[in-house]
Amino acid sequence: MSHYESPIREPLIQGENITYTKITDDIVGTTEKAPPLSWWIGFLISATCAGIGVVAILWTIWQGIGTWGLNKTVNWAWDITNFVWWVGIGHAGTLISAVLLLFRQKWRTGINRAAEAMTIFAVICAGLFPLIHMGRLWMGFFIFPYPNTRGPLWVNFNSPLLWDVFAISTYLTVSLLFWYSGLMPDFATIRDRAKGKVRKFIYNALSFGWTGTAKQWQRFESLSLILAGLATPLVLSVHTIVSFDFATSVIPGWHTTIFPPYFVAGAIFSGFAMVETLMIITRKVLKLENYITVGHIESMNKIIVLTGSIVGVAYITELVIAWYSGYLYEQYAFANRATGEYWWAYAIMMTCNVITPQLYWIKKFRRNIALTFILSIFVNIGMWFERFVIIVTSLHNDFLPSSWLYFLQSPVDVAIYIGTLGIFMTLFLLFARAFPVIAIAEVKSIYSISSAEARKHQLEKHKKFEEDYKESFGAEYAKKDVYDTNY
Amino acid sequence: MASNKYIVGLFDHEDKLIQAIRACKKENVEITDALTPFPVHGLEDELGYQDTRLHTTGFMFGITGTFVALSVMTWIMTTNYPINFGGKPNFALPSFIPITFELTVLFASVGMVMVYCIRNGLFPGAVPRILDERITDDRFALSFEVDENTTQEHMDKIVSLLKGNGAVEVSAKEFTEDTEIFEVETTEVEGSSSAPKPKSSRKKKDASEDDSKSKS
Repeated sequence: MSHYESPIREPLIQGENITYTKITDDIVGTTEKAPPLSWWIGFLISATCAGIGVVAILWTIWQGIGTWGLNKTVNWAWDITNFVWWVGIGHAGTLISAVLLLFRQKWRTGINRAAEAMTIFAVICAGLFPLIHMGRLWMGFFIFPYPNTRGPLWVNFNSPLLWDVFAISTYLTVSLLFWYSGLMPDFATIRDRAKGKVRKFIYNALSFGWTGTAKQWQRFESLSLILAGLATPLVLSVHTIVSFDFATSVIPGWHTTIFPPYFVAGAIFSGFAMVETLMIITRKVLKLENYITVGHIESMNKIIVLTGSIVGVAYITELVIAWYSGYLYEQYAFANRATGEYWWAYAIMMTCNVITPQLYWIKKFRRNIALTFILSIFVNIGMWFERFVIIVTSLHNDFLPSSWLYFLQSPVDVAIYIGTLGIFMTLFLLFARAFPVIAIAEVKSIYSISSAEARKHQLEKHKKFEEDYKESFGAEYAKKDVYDTNY
Repeated sequence: MASNKYIVGLFDHEDKLIQAIRACKKENVEITDALTPFPVHGLEDELGYQDTRLHTTGFMFGITGTFVALSVMTWIMTTNYPINFGGKPNFALPSFIPITFELTVLFASVGMVMVYCIRNGLFPGAVPRILDERITDDRFALSFEVDENTTQEHMDKIVSLLKGNGAVEVSAKEFTEDTEIFEVETTEVEGSSSAPKPKSSRKKKDASEDDSKSKS
């Protein structure tokens, strides 16, 4: 086989009697059956939330952004918080599929498809906020540089907000291409199992006529590798550029050089948390426990504890550097952030992002699904508050004490946020119904090296080897040496 | 115009497929294609395929993106629409870098995926020749194109090679119409010596049903 994996490693595909057909049945089966009641309930709730959001968005466009809770100093609040939060969530998918592909982490195969889908839906939700914030949505195309009759009036290429336009649209496009190129072979699998003519026709169109010839696979592998290589710096650049929105300004509390790495770590952190939230539900509802195993969850928890700690270090560094700068206004901005009127938001952020994820240093907690689910939601909340804290606390007490105000959101702010959650979940539920939630071909490609079934054969081989070894060298050496050998 | 007839051997494990490919190469039997449900490592080397040049395409598209981004931004900011930002230079290279990078990645990715689809013949509504519906599930296939010039001897050789190397099913496929996606006539080949003669004009679906019945 392509590479050797020690039999004492936890297999990535669990379960007895798993065969290639069983993998296909388990994953494609979910798209063939009528959806369970839980799916309908989830869909109804999500669609309702999405509906509320659409109404709130239309109201905003009709009435203007005066419907939001913005005031004299806090001129960005929930919109930019939600934007950064959603973009951050959108980072895990590409990270899982691209970075883990480059690092040859086979455990990504179980979760990459759903994580990439999540990425795309999250970026769509993120993209809504700048569009709504424009006020005059129909002028949205002004952000793109194109020869025009307004002068020619070009965009300002020195502005990080314009870099954002390029970064987010490139990220969405590349994620979509990466996701779809991986989906083609799996759509072909669904097509070839389809009973009805219509279903066959639809999935054939979706699969672009994939047949699975050796040359197609060769190009497929090359394409995924290069796209992964391109997407890896891309994913880091996107949140770096998002952080430039703040870091290149002159507001105390924003104007810090630590922002790019700190935002990237935070994005990976929140993205993985959202993947966990969704995957824990998905594996349960769609009965995919054999493919999204506790081992997968543990691996994600390891990344969460790492990135959570990086974020924690960044929080503390910010405070220390503010103090060390000796600059009064910088010092005030951070003292106000931690202990001022918004101390509660800072406390939520610190607890959810820095303190609770530290539980994952203990293996028992890393492998506890119920705890992981709760903590993943904690991380999502914490990361939302991180953006809220950065944005609102830096703005609400600005340069003139006479204009200091306490920001309060309006119901429209809340409705739009709930709306994007609804849009996100609606899209994800539709995805889980009609698309293969797990990359079938990729899971099959690790079957013969990392499934419980393959382990059985490996162990048999090892046992045989151990016995042979015992015969030749005596029992005392056999136990010690046998597992070190690439046999 | 390529032939419409194929001899197809199905295997249930990737190692057996590779073993059969090696046997065919030894006997100088030309393989038309190998089809698998997932990328099998080393398969293209066994088949003697050249390395794909897709990555070179990616580089060319990427460098085009870099050039387009840098030149367009420079032209706009220095010539077509120069604005004085507090006396700062109009040609501000550092602040052109983020967009240059993004466009490099965008051009490379979009271009590569386009080339990938064109070269693989992938587009919505493509009419593929599906040799067996289980190839995307759990079967590894070797296909051999045959036409009126193929001798009976050669066909027998293919069949015996496939059977001798652990093919679980060997059949002759004839695509009746090019425009119809799923119309394929399958004839199962029985013994290793018998040539693929059309026994009955069964549709593919019936054949696979029979197969599953006999397995259970």
